[in-house]
Amino acid sequence: MKQNKTTELLVGIFIVAGLAAMFVLAMQVSNLGSLNQGDSYRVTARFENIGGLKVRSAVTVSGVRVGRVSAINFDNKRFEAVVSMSIDRKYDQFPEDTAASIFTAGLLGEQYISLEPGGADELLADGSEIDLTQSALVLEKLISKFLFSQTSDSGR
Amino acid sequence: MLDWIRKLGRGGLRLFGKLGRGGLFLMATLGGIPAVLRRPGLLVAQLWSVGVLSLALITLSGLFVGMVLGLQGYNTLVDFGAEESLGVAVALAVVRELGPVVTALLFAGRAGSAMTAEIGLMKATEQLSGMEMMAVNPIHRVIAPRYLAGILSMPLLAAIFSAVAVYGGFFVGVGLLGVDDGAYWSQMQAKVDLYEDVWNGVIKSLVFGLVVTWIAVFEGYDTVPTSEGVAGATTRTVVHSAFAILTLDFVLTAMMFGDY
Amino acid sequence: MGETAAQAGRDTLVKIRGLEFSRGDRVIFDGVDLDILRGKVTAVMGPSGTGKTTLLRLIGGQLCPDRGSVQVDGLEVSRLRTGELYALRKRMGMLFQSGALLTDLSVFDNVAFPLREHTDLPESMIRDLVLMKLQAVGLRGARDLKPAQLSGGMARRVAMSRAIALDPMMIMYDEPFTGQDPISKGALVKLIRLLNDALGLTSIIVSHDVQETAEISDYIYVISQGRVMGQGAPDEIERTDSGWVKQFMHGLPDGPVPFHYPAPDYRDDLLQT
Repeated sequence: MKQNKTTELLVGIFIVAGLAAMFVLAMQVSNLGSLNQGDSYRVTARFENIGGLKVRSAVTVSGVRVGRVSAINFDNKRFEAVVSMSIDRKYDQFPEDTAASIFTAGLLGEQYISLEPGGADELLADGSEIDLTQSALVLEKLISKFLFSQTSDSGR
Repeated sequence: MLDWIRKLGRGGLRLFGKLGRGGLFLMATLGGIPAVLRRPGLLVAQLWSVGVLSLALITLSGLFVGMVLGLQGYNTLVDFGAEESLGVAVALAVVRELGPVVTALLFAGRAGSAMTAEIGLMKATEQLSGMEMMAVNPIHRVIAPRYLAGILSMPLLAAIFSAVAVYGGFFVGVGLLGVDDGAYWSQMQAKVDLYEDVWNGVIKSLVFGLVVTWIAVFEGYDTVPTSEGVAGATTRTVVHSAFAILTLDFVLTAMMFGDY
Repeated sequence: MGETAAQAGRDTLVKIRGLEFSRGDRVIFDGVDLDILRGKVTAVMGPSGTGKTTLLRLIGGQLCPDRGSVQVDGLEVSRLRTGELYALRKRMGMLFQSGALLTDLSVFDNVAFPLREHTDLPESMIRDLVLMKLQAVGLRGARDLKPAQLSGGMARRVAMSRAIALDPMMIMYDEPFTGQDPISKGALVKLIRLLNDALGLTSIIVSHDVQETAEISDYIYVISQGRVMGQGAPDEIERTDSGWVKQFMHGLPDGPVPFHYPAPDYRDDLLQT
C-alpha cells in the first residue's frame, strides 16, 4: 500500500518525541543523571542502630554527596547492622580512620551517612571497613533520656 | 425471587461468554502480530491515527496538569517553607500516577472510542465479512495493526505527558512563583528514582495500553452490526476502559510501591 | 429433476446435499439439495428471511452446516483447514448487498486490494489490471472517488470489479438489485450476464427480484421454509403448477401464503368485548 510521505514523517516525529520524553524523564527528572554506577568502590561500616537509613540513602562528606548506601545487612552473630556504601571513585583519598555517622536531614527529613575524615596515612580502599561509627539518633531514646535526667534532677 | 436469581445467572453467563470471546479474540490478535511486522506500512498508518492524532490533546493536557500541580503544590508547600520540594512533588505525582492514568483515560476517550466505532462500522457495512471472502483475515489485516499501534503509542504518549507536565510545573513554580531553579531540578533528581518511579510508570502505561486497546478493538469486533450497536459499543469502550484503568492502577500501585 | 441428475457430474461446481442449518431455535434449512452448474447463471429465489444470504455464507465457508454437505469444486467446505479455505476463497468472488467496499480506500485501491494482498505484482502491473477491471464495469473514470461519493449502483459495480480482480471461477451475488433505480438495475443485469459469459464464470444470484433475475438466469431454485419449493429453467418455473411458486413468481397477494396472519374469526374478534 502506498504510504503518504507526510504521514510517515509525522509518525517518525511522534516516536522520536516519545523516546525523547522517556530520555528526559530518565536523565533530567530521575537520579540516573547524578548516579555514576560502576566507577565506585565499596566500604562497609557497622552500626548499632541505623534508624531509618535505607538502601540508596546518601553518603556525604562536609554536606557534599560522594556516594550511596548500596546494601544493608544484619550480622546475626554480633547483632549489628552492616551498611555497605558505594563511594564515587573520584573521592578516593579518605584516611583509614574516617568516622561514619548517621544523621537526619532537618527535623523530619531522611537519614543519611556523614563521613568525617581522620588523620591517618593509610587510605580507605575497596572492601575496607570503617571502624569509627556513630549510630542514628532515635528520637524516643533521646526524649526518655531527657525526661529521666529531669526527674532525677528534681528528685534530688 | 427465583426470577431474580435466574436473571443473575443469565447476566453471569453473558459476562463469562464475553470474557471467553474476548480471550480467544486476544489470542487471535496476538497471532496476527507477526503478519503486521512483515508489513510495517499498516502499522505506520495506525500509529498515525492512534498516536499522532492524540498528540495535541496529550501535550496540552500534560502542560495544564503540570501547571496546576505547580500552583497547588506551591501553595501547600510554602506554608511549611518547603517550596523547594515543588519539583519532587510535581515529578512524583506525574511520573507515578497522573502521567499513565490521565493519558490512558484520554487515550480511551480519543483513540479507543474512535477505534471501536471504526471497526464496528466496518463490521456493520460487511467490510470485515467482505475481507474474509476475499481470503484476507480481518483480524490480521484490521485488528492486529490497531492493537500493536495502541500498545506502542500508550507508553510514548504517557512519557510525553509526564515530561511536558514536569516542564509545566517548572514554568509555574520557577517562572511565575519564584522557586529556585536549581532546587527544583536537584531535589527532583535526588528523590525521583529511575527504576522505582520512572520505570514503574512506563510499565503502568504499557499495561494500560494493552488493556484499553484490547477493550477498544474487541468492542468494535464484537459489536451488534447496527447503528445502535456501534453507539453502545463506543460508550462501553470508554466506560469499561475507565473502570479497568482505575482498578488496574490500584492493583499495580499496590504491587509496585506496596511491599515494604 | 431428471435433468439435474443427468448433469450432476464434473459439470457441477457447487453441490449441496441434505443441508440442514439452524440459528438458535430457528430452522433455516431443513434438507436442501442444490446443484450449481459450471458456466451457468443460477438464481436462488425466495421470500425475505428464507436464509438466502446464509446459503452464500455456507458456500463461502463463513458458516458451517449442522448436517449435510456443501461441496465446491469437489472440496467439502466445512472440512477444509483455514489455509485451504482461504485458497478456495481466492477463487470465489462475493458481492455483498451493501457492496462492502473499504471506506477508507479509494475506488482504485479497493479494486487493487485483493491484488496487493495476494500477489507480489509490481505497482505498474497492478495499475493496468485495476484499470482493466474498472473498464469492464464502466467505472474507469471514477477511480479516484471514495466509496462515500458513489451511488449504490456504482458501489456495487466497483464491488463487482473487485470481485473479479483475482479472476475467480465463480461469483456470488447477494441481492444485487435491491434498492436500485431501473437504470442501474438494467446495468447490473447486463453486467452479470456479460461477465459470466466473457470471463467463463459461474454465477450464483440470490434475490427476490423475480423479473430481473429470471431474465438472466439459466436455472432457478425457489426456496421457502427451509426447503426447495421449485426448480427449473425460467420458462419451466413460469409454467409451474405449484401454487406456492406461482404466487411467488407473480407476486400475488393471496394464495398458499395467506394475506392474513393467522387470527381468530374476524366477526368474533370484533364482537368480543
